[in-house]
Amino acid sequence: MQSIIVENIVKTYTVKKTVVEALKGISFAVEKGEIFGIIGPDGAGKTSLFRILTTLLLADSGTASVDGYDVIKDYKAIRNRVGYMPGKFSLYQDLSIQENLEFFATIFNTSIEENYAMIKDIYVQIEPFKTRKAGQLSGGMKQKLALCCALIHKPSVLFLDEPTTGVDAVSRKEFWEMLHQLKLQGITILVSTPYMDEAGLCDRVALIQKGEILSINTPKGITSEFGKPLWSVKADEMFRLMNEIKADPEVESCYPFGQFHHVVFKSQENVKEKLELIASNGNYTGFEVHEIEPNIEDCFMALMNTPNP
Amino acid sequence: MEDKIINNSATNSSPLKDGDKVITAKELTKRFGDFTAVDKISFEVEKGEIFGFLGANGAGKTTAMRMLCGLSMPTSGSATVAGYDVYSQNELIKKNIGYMSQKFSLYEDLTIRENIKLYAGIYGLSDLRIKEKTAQLLEELHMQGEEKTLVRELPLGWKQKLAFSIAIVHDPAVVFLDEPTGGVDPITRREFWTLIYEASEKGITVFVTTHYMDEAEYCNRVSIMVDGRIDALDSPANLMKTYAAKSMDDVFLQLARKAVRVE
Repeated sequence: MQSIIVENIVKTYTVKKTVVEALKGISFAVEKGEIFGIIGPDGAGKTSLFRILTTLLLADSGTASVDGYDVIKDYKAIRNRVGYMPGKFSLYQDLSIQENLEFFATIFNTSIEENYAMIKDIYVQIEPFKTRKAGQLSGGMKQKLALCCALIHKPSVLFLDEPTTGVDAVSRKEFWEMLHQLKLQGITILVSTPYMDEAGLCDRVALIQKGEILSINTPKGITSEFGKPLWSVKADEMFRLMNEIKADPEVESCYPFGQFHHVVFKSQENVKEKLELIASNGNYTGFEVHEIEPNIEDCFMALMNTPNP
Repeated sequence: MEDKIINNSATNSSPLKDGDKVITAKELTKRFGDFTAVDKISFEVEKGEIFGFLGANGAGKTTAMRMLCGLSMPTSGSATVAGYDVYSQNELIKKNIGYMSQKFSLYEDLTIRENIKLYAGIYGLSDLRIKEKTAQLLEELHMQGEEKTLVRELPLGWKQKLAFSIAIVHDPAVVFLDEPTGGVDPITRREFWTLIYEASEKGITVFVTTHYMDEAEYCNRVSIMVDGRIDALDSPANLMKTYAAKSMDDVFLQLARKAVRVE
């Protein structure tokens, strides 16, 4: 069964007489119980999409449904059965952890006790501070509280808009572990992120850029679509090396990746030798070259450079 | 009059000599009541170095950075930035550094040219110099012809690149970048790092915080703060060796997971 269906959604905004196309007719479907990632940078249209699906914003055209309910006609039913964690922290800063949670439980005609099992694993981590005001919590704790508030009415679908943005690597890891626990309870999760490395933690992802979906697939499926050998090189003078590789007319792309540069050539003959030649001509020390498997970020950049068919 | 000249030409006023460290911190400490946000941190940063300043949320990075930028008085310890003392010369520090973050950068309702003029003017550049700098900056960023575009209308990536160039419009000794690439697409993020490398080649020291661990690997050296202290400081390659880690992500997780304090 499909939990979220999006068909040809278009959304435009008019800013000072210029029309900005936030979503240019996007379509996808999310299976029940799936963790589906919307991966893309700021300005890709992620938040518009989330607001449309949570019935807070109307699309210009196209249709969408959540759990079989239409986002326009059945907006009340949708609001009762989805949990939404917006990108911007939107709990009450001057209420305590416990008060925020009670407030959201009451709005949905339930209580913390009734659905405690739902939030227990996450709530125990912040419960020792339950009298502290939300405004005084650290980023990681705010995020946990927001997730508890989005879960307190036992939603069937969870919408998480950039839950890990600006959060450090440790808290990000912990957050994804929580999502996988929730998945085990059968909740469908639509989650957006600008961090490409988080794509691998989703069942399927849509890569999105400037209001268009570049690709929809499993993380493995996306990397297998890369289609060209990818080379990883390293030397002691990385910046000079990058400029020299980029200057070679046979090079299609060269991007820094941590301690390495990832290089793709236009044609694939003797590529390793070509790279070794650049290194020896430039008298580089500590030169290394390996053929590697592409990651999601390699794929995203390659897709950004290919005009959509 | 003397004083005025010094104040208005940031580049020439720095007392740094060749070989001097651009940032020095010795047992630098900041306490708020009985909470020690920054706990005796010591380190030095060389001219032109790209220095990564990492730590989990709440580790004390922002507090440390505010002290180094002359915005917050330390409780104890000592530090100099661009050759100036953080206690007695914080106004001179402000004139000799650049600062940029994702949250604070440019005025959205001013044009590109107006933003450049505003910041260059604040830093005391002459009209002639502002003109030269504007032309140079637009060329370097491939933004010629866009001078009259409102910053609001620029894509995020362009804004961030422009903000960085403006943060170093007065050729400061050091530029502080607080998570400069958050939310930016992966290609623009890399273009941004090219600008960082170019600034470093020109001799500008770069002090940068980031949550992207691959970016930590672009730094010459990286420090990792845990619970207000600097628990590790070395080149990314050496840190990976020391912690037997495959990536900086691994190093960071090993260290940050030891944190006991809750913000």
